[in-house]
Amino acid sequence: MTTTLPAYDEVVARWEPVIGLETHVELGTNTKMWCGCPTDFGGEPNTRVCPVCLGLPGSLPVANKAAIEATIRIGLALNCSIAEWCRFARKNYFYPDMPKNFQISQYDEPLCFDGYLDVEVNGELVRIGIERVHLEEDTGKTLHVGGATGRIHGATESLVDYNRAGIPLVEIVTKPIPGTGALAPEVARAYVAELRDVIRSLGVSDVRMEEGSLRCDVNTSLNRPGEEWGTRTETKNVNSLRSVERAVRSEMLRQASVLDAGGRITQETRHFHEDTGDTTPGRSKETATDYRYFPEPDLVPLAPDTAWVAELKAALPELPRLRRKRIQQDWGLSDLDMQSVVNAGAVELIEATVAAGATPAAARKWWLGELSRRANETGVELADVGATPAQVAELQGLVDAGKLNDKLARTVLEGVVAGEGSPTEIMTNRNLEVVSDTGALTAAVDEAIAANPDVADKVRSGKVAAAGALVGAVMKTTRGQADAKTVRELILERLGA
Amino acid sequence: MTDLTKLSAVDLAGLVATGETSAVEVTQAHLDRIGAVDERVHAFLHVDTEGALAAARAVDERRAAGEELGPLAGVPVAVKDVLTTKGVPTTVGSKILEGWRPPYDSTIVERLRAAGTVMLGKTNMDEFAMGSSTEYSAYGPTRNPWDTDRIPGGSGGGSAAALAAYEAPLSIGSDTGGSIRQPGAVTGTVGAKPTYGGTSRYGLVAFSSSLDTPGPCARNVLDAALLHQVIGGHDPRDSTSIPAPVPDVVGAARLGASGDLTGVKLGVVTEFTGEGAEPGVMAAFRESVEALAKLGAEIVEISCPHFRYALPAYYLIAPSECSSNLARFDGVRFGLRVGDDGNRSLEEVMSLTREAGFGPEVKRRIMIGTYALSSGYYDAYYGQAQKVRTLITRDFTTAFEQVDALISPTTPFVAFPIGARTSDPYQMYLADLFTIPTNLYGGPAISVPCGLSDGLPVGLQIMAPTMADDRMYRVAAALESSVGTFTPPAL
Repeated sequence: MTTTLPAYDEVVARWEPVIGLETHVELGTNTKMWCGCPTDFGGEPNTRVCPVCLGLPGSLPVANKAAIEATIRIGLALNCSIAEWCRFARKNYFYPDMPKNFQISQYDEPLCFDGYLDVEVNGELVRIGIERVHLEEDTGKTLHVGGATGRIHGATESLVDYNRAGIPLVEIVTKPIPGTGALAPEVARAYVAELRDVIRSLGVSDVRMEEGSLRCDVNTSLNRPGEEWGTRTETKNVNSLRSVERAVRSEMLRQASVLDAGGRITQETRHFHEDTGDTTPGRSKETATDYRYFPEPDLVPLAPDTAWVAELKAALPELPRLRRKRIQQDWGLSDLDMQSVVNAGAVELIEATVAAGATPAAARKWWLGELSRRANETGVELADVGATPAQVAELQGLVDAGKLNDKLARTVLEGVVAGEGSPTEIMTNRNLEVVSDTGALTAAVDEAIAANPDVADKVRSGKVAAAGALVGAVMKTTRGQADAKTVRELILERLGA
Repeated sequence: MTDLTKLSAVDLAGLVATGETSAVEVTQAHLDRIGAVDERVHAFLHVDTEGALAAARAVDERRAAGEELGPLAGVPVAVKDVLTTKGVPTTVGSKILEGWRPPYDSTIVERLRAAGTVMLGKTNMDEFAMGSSTEYSAYGPTRNPWDTDRIPGGSGGGSAAALAAYEAPLSIGSDTGGSIRQPGAVTGTVGAKPTYGGTSRYGLVAFSSSLDTPGPCARNVLDAALLHQVIGGHDPRDSTSIPAPVPDVVGAARLGASGDLTGVKLGVVTEFTGEGAEPGVMAAFRESVEALAKLGAEIVEISCPHFRYALPAYYLIAPSECSSNLARFDGVRFGLRVGDDGNRSLEEVMSLTREAGFGPEVKRRIMIGTYALSSGYYDAYYGQAQKVRTLITRDFTTAFEQVDALISPTTPFVAFPIGARTSDPYQMYLADLFTIPTNLYGGPAISVPCGLSDGLPVGLQIMAPTMADDRMYRVAAALESSVGTFTPPAL
């Protein structure tokens, strides 16, 4: 960047942001939206395809009922109205990773509409309006080989993998969100985090941003206080919670610098860059494709039975925000402590660890301490750090039984994360169990006393604090596997102090 | 010895079932006939000699093993090249699919195979079923066996000509605006468009999804009904397929053949008996109406005021859907690819492929449809056309409160000379003037030969309410029992 960006505080003093978010969620149905192909992530390219999801001539779509049900449940969880009658529509544009060169989506008749999601930011509730929740199909993935940009222009070869084509995709669009001021980036992040938790609680998607099963586009505009909303830009490729926050902030700064210099904002798509944290322009919406939407004639209209919808509503799980309130009380956490648990994405993990037998305090200690540090270092979500709640509970059980001390437990945990097996297996295989056999310990103590006669004399003469040096020596010879308290007691006993 | 190619499907199935002749003999006779005349007719784009003989042998083996055979087992069928056939070329009459061998069978073909019919090959058609003469086939026109200087109708000219030339006793067509009925009318054969959703579209290469309807073609009404029974019925792979059994079309055809139409009330569509049709066509039609009356039918005149808007509405809806349906032909996954020389961009290759692969009529419709769906024009064109569609449907339902079925000539004119209408698209579009309203409504309709005009066949169209396909077969069979079938001069 050659231009100097203004300071954030100054920007929000002069400009008011309006944000909006479009989120795409890949549903975790067993089969694709219109055919029976499996949906699992991964797989050799073009092995999870059939005439339907390849869009071969003559093939026809048949809607996946599980996907419709999941979409309605998302809509209900977001307090939406559910359409009594609606249709799919074709969105027409040419792109090689779209097998039919149109996407089956929904246009002016979304399945769910007009809802809201309450989000907590700095202890305050912010109500985010939900414009619509609709169902569509995902596209394949194109790999452009050659050329400088990795984009379609200038590529020497384009390779397409259609495994993802036809996976059910839910699009959730917020209403414009004005009035958040300096908090806009945090509100955006909190919304996506809350939405992710809601969807995860429904069990309809694994909502992993890094695998692309949750993808986010962020709309941002600025206006002067009291004036009309400004022209918005749409930032794509925002693939982590942190990026959501950074993208809004970066776009606010960029737009302010343009506007302050007397320029105007172009309505366009921009790409967010994870490495630099800023955005660059994509295609301009002013010359954008006309999608020529029209009702999909290969599918019949959807008319969800109202009794069925009522059943789905009654069966919704406890929603994350309310569940968090309950958990906070159960665990006896302060607001601040709870906030750190939520920020770390550890609520479900701690809950599962407690369910597996650990105390809330111990579970929280492991997940927010050692494992969070590890996740940050390796840049993965806490849930993907390599340890399961059951393993953490087992580890804590070994500590509680006196078989591991804190330091050994951390060593075992590293083994767990490295995939060496269960905590008990690692402890046994690597011979890490606390040495509680007094015979072996007595020998080590005697050795330490013999090696340090001066210190031993001091202790004998009543300077009990000097015993620390002997404890250290014993711990060294036992490679940390002794229980320090027992060692100390033994030393004092041997020296008659 | 009997010429097997001159027999009806019912008779052929009977001979095979009793063992008087074998399915292989029947098949070979038709393959020989194709070999003898198709050079002049060009009904086929692909003849699957080996596949046909293998299917015939399988039927003979099943019979020898004492297995029960279906009512059409061992009978050859020609299939319009719009339906996918596993491993057998499927071109839709277009260069853009030249050489494509689909990895799957359409539901119709799957059911034909399961019924023990023998697929002879794939028949010629206007490219992507867009046309009324088969002249828009990228592989050259099909000729009318009645007069090889004339068109056999379209888009399913190949399927109709194959019947009239005795190359096949049965064939499959698809009807979007008349593509089964109009070729039937101008070749003196029977063509039925089932209720939309009564026959599966799975594996039918789409032209206009909300209108396309595959259906049976034959030389007589009972054969058509038997074929309809085999291919019809619910298909879970087609969301628009109706979850109900096929109406008893075979029973209705047999009933109609008794020649009694007492208690049946037929409405002559006044909008289609005015100045739109040739005098010779009208004369044959009027005689047939009298014949129907003699069989006991009550005849009344019925006005369907919105039918006059059917053609313009159709030429917005069908091109709109086609512009989207044909987007997938881009050279990326299957079929023709042009310009992939390592120097051109993907977009250029897609564009060059479409430019080279589509013919002028297909391009015309893609452009019309693209325009009609574009933002700012949608309401005025596509939206308005859908409203007309609703009004036409209302005309039908109102009419069916008064009569059991509607009748009209199938087409305004008899087979015209090759080349006579290709320079003016509108003149070509008029060929479907009388058949299009049914497609917009979704009901069934059949064309049955009703006479000759200057030695060329004329067809009568019977239109029935949705899922009352049996009704049109009854009336058609009755008319056939009165006027007989029509045999073209020897080729």
